[in-house]
Amino acid sequence: MTIAVASGKGGTGKTTVSVAMALSTERNVSLLDCDVEEPNAGLFLKLGQIKSEEVSVVVPSVIEDKCTHCGLCADFCNFNALAVTENKVIVFEDLCHSCGGCFLVCPVDAFQENNSVIGKLEIAETGNLRFARGILDVGKAMSPPLIRAVKKHLSKDRLNIIDCPPGNSCPMTTAVKGSDYVILVTEPTPFGLHDLTLAQEVLKEMDIPVGVVVNRHGNEFRGIEEFCERENIEILMKIKEERKIAEACSRGGNIFDVRPEMKEVFNGVLGKIESYARDSKK
Amino acid sequence: MKEIVVISGKGGTGKTSLSASFAALSDNFVIADCDVDAADLHLVLKPDKIDSHRFISGNVAVIDKLRCEKCGKCLELCKFDAIKVDPYSMEYSVDSSSCEGCGVCARFCPFDAIDFPERDCGEWYLSSVKGGKMVHARLNAGAENSGKLVSLVRKVARKEAQKMGSEIVIVDGPPGISCPVIASVTGADAVLAVTEPTISGESDLIRVADLVRHFKIPLFICVNKWDINQEKSMAIESYSAKTGAFFCGKIPYDKKVVEAQIKGLTVVEMRDSYAGEEIKKIWEILCRQIL
Repeated sequence: MTIAVASGKGGTGKTTVSVAMALSTERNVSLLDCDVEEPNAGLFLKLGQIKSEEVSVVVPSVIEDKCTHCGLCADFCNFNALAVTENKVIVFEDLCHSCGGCFLVCPVDAFQENNSVIGKLEIAETGNLRFARGILDVGKAMSPPLIRAVKKHLSKDRLNIIDCPPGNSCPMTTAVKGSDYVILVTEPTPFGLHDLTLAQEVLKEMDIPVGVVVNRHGNEFRGIEEFCERENIEILMKIKEERKIAEACSRGGNIFDVRPEMKEVFNGVLGKIESYARDSKK
Repeated sequence: MKEIVVISGKGGTGKTSLSASFAALSDNFVIADCDVDAADLHLVLKPDKIDSHRFISGNVAVIDKLRCEKCGKCLELCKFDAIKVDPYSMEYSVDSSSCEGCGVCARFCPFDAIDFPERDCGEWYLSSVKGGKMVHARLNAGAENSGKLVSLVRKVARKEAQKMGSEIVIVDGPPGISCPVIASVTGADAVLAVTEPTISGESDLIRVADLVRHFKIPLFICVNKWDINQEKSMAIESYSAKTGAFFCGKIPYDKKVVEAQIKGLTVVEMRDSYAGEEIKKIWEILCRQIL
């Protein structure tokens, strides 16, 4: 069972919700931080010993002795990652998507595989919680391969929670893909509503069921409720705007430090989602 | 003409509220919304569209079911898990949200059954707003190439500023540190990083500051909601001093910021807003430094 926590907009409380969900259950749970550009979930956990490994992608490098500088590879590459001059081939590793096309089109087998490090994967275990995160190297443009590397740590016999990157484009879709359910965290403002609308559109297209958690609830804005009613989306929970929650989280604490009674609410939401997911599979 | 880009690392720290306020405090400016993934600036600045254009970028593979012989070559070659096989009909199709548009399947299909049309990724607009012009965009649901769209939006904004004889281009940037952010900051005159005094805000700031240094662009830092955690605010201020970034102010936690959003106003247009007062000061400091 895999639940992804996404939001469209950043800063709505995805990480706060993901961490609280993971901490609300006694069962075996895996928390995967797929916001590899700014992985923050680990800051709110006491991680202990961390196992770390490099993650790399396969990029081409040219065997100059074999290359005839015919230019077929550069013509084929849709990402402008190759340039061929009269006597040299230049590979722009940062633009390469590792599709393997140049290896296939080269008539003289002049390419060999070269690993290019894009970041690292870290894994830690505390009690019933297994935690994995990806950390993208600063200056690297492409996060989806690293997100896929983190997702290799999904386990079938555990409850998996994925903390997603913000937005609605490739990093977000890579993170939510294959999930049984997506929790969309939003806040009651016009910005929150607008980004929620976009995220819901993406997930509808991907055919993944969604529910909404409203964070910082408590002002006069009713747009989120109206939208959810219109689109027939369940509001799973509302978390009240409280300065002491914001203060606790700013120090690396969690909601339960100041509102211990919320643990049961989160656990209840988790149970509800699991029964929805079971029903939809029947 | 100077171009200043507002970024944050973390989302939701107040980039858009700040950028919109800067626009409200300026004349004859161009503002660009480069958070094309979750563009919100239009909700506050209420642009009047002058013209709109399609954003066509890259390609997407499409399998023609009539020509497909179900040989499985595409499935074997695709590195992005974008080829789907229906377990009942055994029909092949492409999941366009996973297709990166490399063209390997189309090129190597033995039956020539895969088309590779150009991809319609969204729209971009040139609009007029009070006191200036705005360039903004909408990326289609789940679309790729946000970095390219960001570069395009910035290019149009700079061109428009030149035409208008404008002194300043304000760019509302995306969150994070990868492709769209890199496209937002390369070649800019100054970057303002807005951060929150939290452990995640601080962690994200350090990563985004590294990125800006990597591109050798002058970095300015301000803290939003600084009084949520005064100790962390001080730590960020001293981090700025230590790394040579220019610390240009702290904005207090102020409910008027959300109120302004709900009313569709910029923060500096709200009466008696402490946050608004601080934003004015930050803008004055920035203008003095870069213009």
